[in-house]
Amino acid sequence: MNTRIYSIASNTFREAVRDRVLYNLIAFAGLLSGAAILVGQISIDIEKLVVINLGLTAVSLFGVVIAIFIGIGLVSKEIEKRTLYTVLSRPVRRWEFIVGKFFGLAGTLAVNTFCMAIGVFGALLYVAHRFAGADSLIFVALYFIVLQFLIICSLALLFSSFSSPLLSAVFAFSLYVIGSFADDLRGFATLAQGVTRWIATGTAYLVPNFSALNVISSVAHQQPISGQLILHNTLYALFYTAMALSGAVLIFDRRNLK
Amino acid sequence: MNSRRRTTITATAVVVIAMIACVILLRRIDRIRPHEISDDKLYISSPKMVRRASLGFDGLAACIYWTRTVQYFGQRHHFRQRSYNELAPLLEITTALDPHLYPAYQFGATFLAPAPPNGAGQPERAIRLMEYGIQHDPDNWKLYYDLGFVYYTELKDYKHAGEVFARGSEVSSAHPFMKVLAAQMAQHAQEFATARMLWSAAYQSTNETNIRENALEHLRALQVDEDITNLENAVTRFAEANGRIPASLWEIAAAEHLQGIPVDPDGSPYELSADGEVLVANPDDFPFITKGMPPGYNPGPPKFHTKLQ
Repeated sequence: MNTRIYSIASNTFREAVRDRVLYNLIAFAGLLSGAAILVGQISIDIEKLVVINLGLTAVSLFGVVIAIFIGIGLVSKEIEKRTLYTVLSRPVRRWEFIVGKFFGLAGTLAVNTFCMAIGVFGALLYVAHRFAGADSLIFVALYFIVLQFLIICSLALLFSSFSSPLLSAVFAFSLYVIGSFADDLRGFATLAQGVTRWIATGTAYLVPNFSALNVISSVAHQQPISGQLILHNTLYALFYTAMALSGAVLIFDRRNLK
Repeated sequence: MNSRRRTTITATAVVVIAMIACVILLRRIDRIRPHEISDDKLYISSPKMVRRASLGFDGLAACIYWTRTVQYFGQRHHFRQRSYNELAPLLEITTALDPHLYPAYQFGATFLAPAPPNGAGQPERAIRLMEYGIQHDPDNWKLYYDLGFVYYTELKDYKHAGEVFARGSEVSSAHPFMKVLAAQMAQHAQEFATARMLWSAAYQSTNETNIRENALEHLRALQVDEDITNLENAVTRFAEANGRIPASLWEIAAAEHLQGIPVDPDGSPYELSADGEVLVANPDDFPFITKGMPPGYNPGPPKFHTKLQ
């Protein structure tokens, strides 16, 4: 990686840690250990199911909230504090700044997810007393969650490159909700006629397809995930991230920072 | 080329290439997991729970659930699925949220009761749904009509059908044919004319495409069933008169002084098998026929027509 991008990314990561972002891990640990103990006492036969569902959902939601709320401030905060001018006065191109910020946030989320994953496996071990071969599917679900974070980070950056933090948060969160129902949107498109069909189809392809990246229920029920799906979802997430990030670069490159 | 221009060109190219790649990949992902599009997904199946969770916005929640019901049925129908497991709970949630949402009851009467693949095969739940509707909206004569319809078409329970039509006919705004239907159930329930009257009323009483297509297919099937019944009677008469079964339907046409071989609603002539059975040429085009199918015929998923011919 370009050393300038690496410097910006590592500073973004350090800043996130200094902002006590990783404190969310305490809440996550509390939630998961509480659920693991409670569920064992009040339910029959679904302890493992609940821990996997709850654990992975929490990993996903905590990460999405972090991605959106840190992502929207990455550019605006630098402008507000006027630190951006210091950075850009050095031999750093604007696209390098955006890409560096993206990698910094993505790294923060990857570390956060790694810690949470340890928590999920710990809770699983507590309720099931041992790991089964099918539990390795949780890694696939976690991997897909990280792919979701990459897309959300890039979208948060895209919106923050031209909008205020509040509006960026609204846009990013709305797109996350819409993207979670992307399959329904596609289903609606197949049933619609004429112009509505075209608009619905176009929208369905334009919004990020988070539902394809959500395999939490399948993993909880130990249903295998095909290698093809892993490959295609990986490529899809990378291309979508590249698209949103390039959009952010295009906008930020033209933005008047005076 | 300056640095900024190079960045613009590169970023634009990445946006375009990535967008195209995303569309291609999504289409492939859909092929890998096609079941996801039309799979059963009802996370909360308790109407009471959904009602509480709607925080008082029952009307809006009912509209959302009703839309979801239609999408669910439409998707499964579109993908030729043979089961509608979530249809009943979706309709029950919808009507629990808004007990006066008549289209939901009408939809339930039409698609909950029929056996798969034409419906969910749950006539008891259809009846329960309709009774729930009548309980909340006793002055809506259409609910009685729909309930009688379920008893008549799916359960062949003409006694209950007649009772329900009679109850509905007492509603002040009831259509006059409710009295006729109540009377018909007593003596003429099994006649084609009665069934035709019911399905024609079902076709004309709604603008909902799925219900109209379903009624239309039943009307077409009734026509085929009636034609084949008449032709079978003619074959029997011919056999009694000549001591043998006819070699073809041309002999029947000549004996009965017909203009030619009778044709089905699509214009295809009926056929006569070697053992004297009257058959329809393309049984797949008439999903609800009860006669005229070749021995061992396994019906495919229903193909609906959209216009009354």
